[in-house]
Amino acid sequence: MSDLSIDTELARKILTGFIRTEITRAGFNKAVLGLSGGIDSALACYLAAEALGAENVLVIRMPYKTSSQDSLDHAQLVIDALKIQSLTIPITEMVDPLIGRFPDMDARRKGNIMARQRMIILFDQSEAFKGLVVGTGNKTEILLGYSTLYGDSACALNPLGDLYKAQVRQLSRAVGVPAPIIDKAPSADLWVGQTDEGELGFTYEQADQILYLLIDQRYTPKECVEAGFSEQFVRQIIQRVRRNQFKRVLPPIAKLSNRTVGYDFLYLRDWGT
Amino acid sequence: MKLKLALAQINTVLGDVEQNLAKHLDLINEARKGDAELIVFPELSLTGYVLQDIVPTVARRAEASDPIFKKLLEASREIDIMVSFVEEDLRSRFYIASAYLSEGKVLHVHRKVYLPTYGLFDEGRFFASGDGICAFDTRFGRVGMLICEDFWHASLPYLLWLDGADIFLFASASPGRGLPHPEDSGRLDSARWVDEINRAYAGFFTSFVVHTNRVGYEDGLNFWGGASVYDPDGIALIHGPQHEEALTFAELDLNQLHRTRARLPLLRDERTALVQRELERILNSNHGSRE
Repeated sequence: MSDLSIDTELARKILTGFIRTEITRAGFNKAVLGLSGGIDSALACYLAAEALGAENVLVIRMPYKTSSQDSLDHAQLVIDALKIQSLTIPITEMVDPLIGRFPDMDARRKGNIMARQRMIILFDQSEAFKGLVVGTGNKTEILLGYSTLYGDSACALNPLGDLYKAQVRQLSRAVGVPAPIIDKAPSADLWVGQTDEGELGFTYEQADQILYLLIDQRYTPKECVEAGFSEQFVRQIIQRVRRNQFKRVLPPIAKLSNRTVGYDFLYLRDWGT
Repeated sequence: MKLKLALAQINTVLGDVEQNLAKHLDLINEARKGDAELIVFPELSLTGYVLQDIVPTVARRAEASDPIFKKLLEASREIDIMVSFVEEDLRSRFYIASAYLSEGKVLHVHRKVYLPTYGLFDEGRFFASGDGICAFDTRFGRVGMLICEDFWHASLPYLLWLDGADIFLFASASPGRGLPHPEDSGRLDSARWVDEINRAYAGFFTSFVVHTNRVGYEDGLNFWGGASVYDPDGIALIHGPQHEEALTFAELDLNQLHRTRARLPLLRDERTALVQRELERILNSNHGSRE
């Protein structure tokens, strides 16, 4: 087992600095976050409040009719602890007409619609509140592609994307995220009884461990098997990471001219700031 | 003889030379008020680091006819200045460069030799690499300048040492990476590594090693600051804060060179002719390649 423990004090300093800097240099001083009741958005919220001041953070709860009461209650714990502004905007009335048009719609399509509806609300509130949407996706989820493109992965900046799930837990403990949020089974809560690990077919601990070897330590698949993972699991993870690359890049632009966005028109977003 | 130094670990505006110059002039003023005789700025202090296609628009030459350098040269009448910028040569090749300014003149320009083009780095795509390494004389003694990746290769500090440098001025824009384990140093892996090698150079070369590094963010990259000065015994004289802008002062007792080298004559005993002979043999025999 690799020890993924991190110096949380240093991570906290870098990440709050990142949030503050990248929001202010874009001309803003506020953040908008979707607060699901889960650990990732809770941590992002704590970091944003520390970086910008609680008064500059707006969180939004966006339950669907099947969302669990726990999710709402856990989000409330964060709202109360940080004394941040919050809105609750149920999405049932917005998404049900679309879902109702297709009686054979499967859970994945419904889940994607919900994730994208939440994105629409967040970006709309971002305009109203004059703040940027802070993303909450972690490294494990990004590498596995366990997100909805233009849905929960949509954001203006992402402070958690280089932290594995175990490191998200560790940092959450360090910044004071309430224990019930840290201890519960991770769930996208898109349908009753859904858990991430049940849907993925493996645990976050297994995923963190193998991704750390493959990505951070640059192990070959053979070395991963020698380290104790089954060949089938190693293959499954590698394939998942590769197949979901499309979620990690901008759509390719067909090159025609001598200078094309993405290929030879290269500037950071922070250009000029 | 003493040398009072000011190490400016600054944040920069990406691609806005005027704004960065204003910050330089403010800090130069502050350093003078603190009686510093030399102020050193980090890599690409006039431009920011991840320039990509901005490079040609911020390039210049270190000479009085350049409006930016004109102001810096004026300021250098009161205090010596090491500043870093994008240099354009007469045939429009672009370099990452450091200039040493003193008494209204450009004493030396170093062009970065090693351009990291791997992992998160892409310097070789946008810049030409320098093709020389040379120490130069200042009013405080002989000095050598290197830029970031230059001193990740032991050969360049070694050459500067042989060329007479007793004071090494290193400038970086080092992106922070590698979160440490909670029981480790409290510094990023990249910060720890740079600090350890700078200390080692001070000891190996019984010389002063001065390092200044940027702070701030560029998109998702963070820069960790942590300026340092090591004396010829490898003892830390100062450490600037991590991840925060700061102007850190240090006093170098240049007589320490005499005391350390009297005790530890590594420079006297260095077998340069042997190095030359063996290097020629190795390069001619191709033993290094292992193909």
